[in-house]
Amino acid sequence: MAQPDTPHTVHPSGDNRFKLLDRAITKHQASGDALIEILHAAQGIFGFLESDLLVYIAQALRLPYSRVYGVATFYHFFRMKPTGEHTFVLCSGTACYVKGSAEIQKAVEHHCNCKFGETTADNAISLISARCVGSCGLAPVAVLDNAVAGKLTPDESLRRIRQWQEERKEEAA
Amino acid sequence: MAIITFSIDGEHYSAREDQTILEIAREHKIPIPTLCHLDGLSTVGACRLCLVEIEGSAKLQPACTAKPVEGMVIRTNTDRLKKYRRTIVELLASEGNHQCAVCVVNGHCELQNLAYEVGLDHVRVPYLFPSKRLDATHKDFVIDRNRCVLCTRCVRVCHEVEGAHVWDIGGRGINCEIIGDMNQPWGESESCTSCGKCVRVCPTGALFEKGATVGEMHKERGFLKYIVTARNKQQWIATAHEEE
Amino acid sequence: MTLEDLRELAGHEQDRQTKFRFRILYCSSAGCVSSGCDDVKKTLRAALDAGGFAETCELIGTGCLGLCGEGPLVLVQPGPVMYRHVTPAIAQRIVDEHIAQGKPVEEHRVNLADPFFAAQTRIVLERMGTINAESIDECIAAGGYEALGKVLTEMAPEEVVAEIRKSGLRGRGGAGYSTGLKWDIVRKGKADQKYVVCNADEGDPGAFMDRSVLEGDPHRVLEGMAIAGYAVGANQGFIYVRAEYPLAIDRLRTAIRQAEKLGLLGNRILESQFNFRIDLRIGAGAFVCGEETALLRSVMGRRGRPRPRPPYPSESGLWGKPTLINNVETFANIAPIIAKGSAWFSGIGTPKSTGTKVFALAGNVRNTGLIEVPMGIPLRRIIFDIAGGTPEGTEFKAAQTGGPSGGCIPKEHLDLPVDYESLATVGSIMGSGGMIVMDSTASMVDVAKYFMEFCMDESCGKCIPCRVGTKHIYLLLDKISRGEGSAEDFGLLKELCTMVRETSLCGLGQSAPNPVLSTIRFFQEEYTRLLKPPTEFADGGTGGAHASVSAEGKE
Repeated sequence: MAQPDTPHTVHPSGDNRFKLLDRAITKHQASGDALIEILHAAQGIFGFLESDLLVYIAQALRLPYSRVYGVATFYHFFRMKPTGEHTFVLCSGTACYVKGSAEIQKAVEHHCNCKFGETTADNAISLISARCVGSCGLAPVAVLDNAVAGKLTPDESLRRIRQWQEERKEEAA
Repeated sequence: MAIITFSIDGEHYSAREDQTILEIAREHKIPIPTLCHLDGLSTVGACRLCLVEIEGSAKLQPACTAKPVEGMVIRTNTDRLKKYRRTIVELLASEGNHQCAVCVVNGHCELQNLAYEVGLDHVRVPYLFPSKRLDATHKDFVIDRNRCVLCTRCVRVCHEVEGAHVWDIGGRGINCEIIGDMNQPWGESESCTSCGKCVRVCPTGALFEKGATVGEMHKERGFLKYIVTARNKQQWIATAHEEE
Repeated sequence: MTLEDLRELAGHEQDRQTKFRFRILYCSSAGCVSSGCDDVKKTLRAALDAGGFAETCELIGTGCLGLCGEGPLVLVQPGPVMYRHVTPAIAQRIVDEHIAQGKPVEEHRVNLADPFFAAQTRIVLERMGTINAESIDECIAAGGYEALGKVLTEMAPEEVVAEIRKSGLRGRGGAGYSTGLKWDIVRKGKADQKYVVCNADEGDPGAFMDRSVLEGDPHRVLEGMAIAGYAVGANQGFIYVRAEYPLAIDRLRTAIRQAEKLGLLGNRILESQFNFRIDLRIGAGAFVCGEETALLRSVMGRRGRPRPRPPYPSESGLWGKPTLINNVETFANIAPIIAKGSAWFSGIGTPKSTGTKVFALAGNVRNTGLIEVPMGIPLRRIIFDIAGGTPEGTEFKAAQTGGPSGGCIPKEHLDLPVDYESLATVGSIMGSGGMIVMDSTASMVDVAKYFMEFCMDESCGKCIPCRVGTKHIYLLLDKISRGEGSAEDFGLLKELCTMVRETSLCGLGQSAPNPVLSTIRFFQEEYTRLLKPPTEFADGGTGGAHASVSAEGKE
């Protein structure tokens, strides 16, 4: 059987990131069974999964559009919108819950004037709620821009957020 | 193929060992309610209305996928099952925005029939009043997600019979909904062949033909058996009078 | 590489290690990484180099040392001496005082005679804290892949299956199905292709056993899978691991590469006729994918929706082929059983639940972390001896096992032996091993609501009872917790719970009501106390007027 043609070598947009994506697709022999792997790769490269990107993937893997969209929206790890400059990922696991993550959630939502699952209006901070991050011994835990912070308190959370906000102001000034 | 004997609701029956409990029950006119099941489509066992009791087994089994074994004692109509079926329909009623009085399939709706069958006279849980989209961009058809029960018949008929795979399910859990292509307006779909199969298999008024008004939409489903038999067995059978 | 070569390599590595006077092992698992072990490592490295100990003292990142709540942890061999709360300053002192002068830093020393360590029996975790988590040589020197060598040179596949059956090992992922029986079904299946899948989608919030094993001793799992592949006749394995565990994914990738390079995975393993490949599949945040039929769909790149069983995956799994699915901890038990024999293994634990179980202790206890105990140990011993009880001034109320599928075990059942059957009698399950301790401040209605919200969010939406039922159960719990529920609501809650449990399609839905039912069973009073008095007319339309009643139950 003939190998499926490799996807376009240069994306019409001229965006070089598609080359990286194509490499991931080729690595999985453009197999539809590898859709989730490809979506992981695409999100890693582009940050989030736009409709156009999903269309590109569907065509490359020869899958129906709705299948690709259905899979991308089934898994909570995949984002269809870009995140803010900073991410505050609060663990909502049981241990964190028992140790008071709800208080942190309340304080942070109040301070940022935005709910978990959303990004602040100025696009500075995305509040994300995670299923257990597996550091239960340190509960309550949050992941602040990819660094895990354990035994967190509402005060400490707000301090870290204010720090981001001040840095941002300074950069703007 | 071996023949096995077993009992359903106290009566003894025999059947081929590859037949499902539901097929056997239908052959013998034993009523078991179904919703996601449709002859000609793959089975998914999702609606749980056809659950039956099997003696010696703690778990209820869906009749659409379970096959009897020799000596099995099956019950299809116990008080427990009746209560669960009623609750399932009750949950469905609360999940969507079902307004029979103004619906195109009023009087020919499978959900409505089920509600009569299970004796659903009132709903004890609060109505969820979700905000669901209606899409009338297709030239011939409309999808009104307010009336959708997520049986996935449309998804399956489009994939398995028409081969277009326009429909799939987006989201998860209570936020699931039927989506077309990249969740785009139906009228803009590149993959839809406008064959209308999805409309005809839909058990409710979620998919209907444009121009149909209250109670006017009848859904003929004989076509499915015609096509599937023709495809699998190379036999073109008359089905026009088998409906209802 | 042959088995002789493997043993030679082990010997070389053992010789290498004896050249060092000290081995300093710092915990490099995710828990200690979050507590700042990277800085500790840097300081230790710099201090060792500056003090001239680079030749005599080896610094190694090892697997979870157990006491996660007290990290970063550092272990010095020989001794061993364990240190807790190690900051860079303490790290400097460890080198200056312990390494240079032989005087341990007493203030930070962990008492290894404490029941937290002394009461454990380590099989799965035996190499944690003794080997470098990223070195296959050290793993081999500690006996790694010896069991694989044994099955390939001395045992027929059916003998391997028989040995696992005799050991009495049961699935460590939750339901506790006999591992040997499952292997036997897959082995007997007639197919041109079979698969072995490792379920590392540890989704229970509050559980981190599998993560720790994958991070600390990944080869243990690879070896178990290869033995399984040989026993059932599969040449391809998949590990389905959650995306939330980046470190575990990293370590697995490294481990697979190392094993392939040495010919311990891939074609003609240890120069036998046996081929076995392992590929990773990364999950994407869906709890339901821990259910085996959903997991298989996800491995094939689809929405993780379960399907009715039968057919079971052991008959029809990945791409319709017989597929063996076991959990991480189950695979991690395989090599020791083969190496030491089924009789040794079945001598540990109870007759029906053999071996040990790893638990992740968390919540309101003094010692949080990872432990491994023999099956059948009383719950009291775990919570009060090993975990050290609840902190000063608080009182034990309940232990939650089995995560969102499990239940809360109250004080009066503290003497319950921890095994599959006993936990079931009190409406909980063994689950994968999360154990969360709650003290008297916890509201059980809120706990039930927490778990129900989880199940509602994680429902795949395929079957009606789970999709819509969990939503209504959650709404009812919310109403009751706000003090707005009536006795009628409470009745409906119980009815819906039973209905969802009996009619849902998969294990997620069938077990989702467990936390509610178990808290009603043992703490019914907490529910009824919140209900509106029956004299009020329960029309439900005056919700706002009653909102203020709720405050006391909530906080």
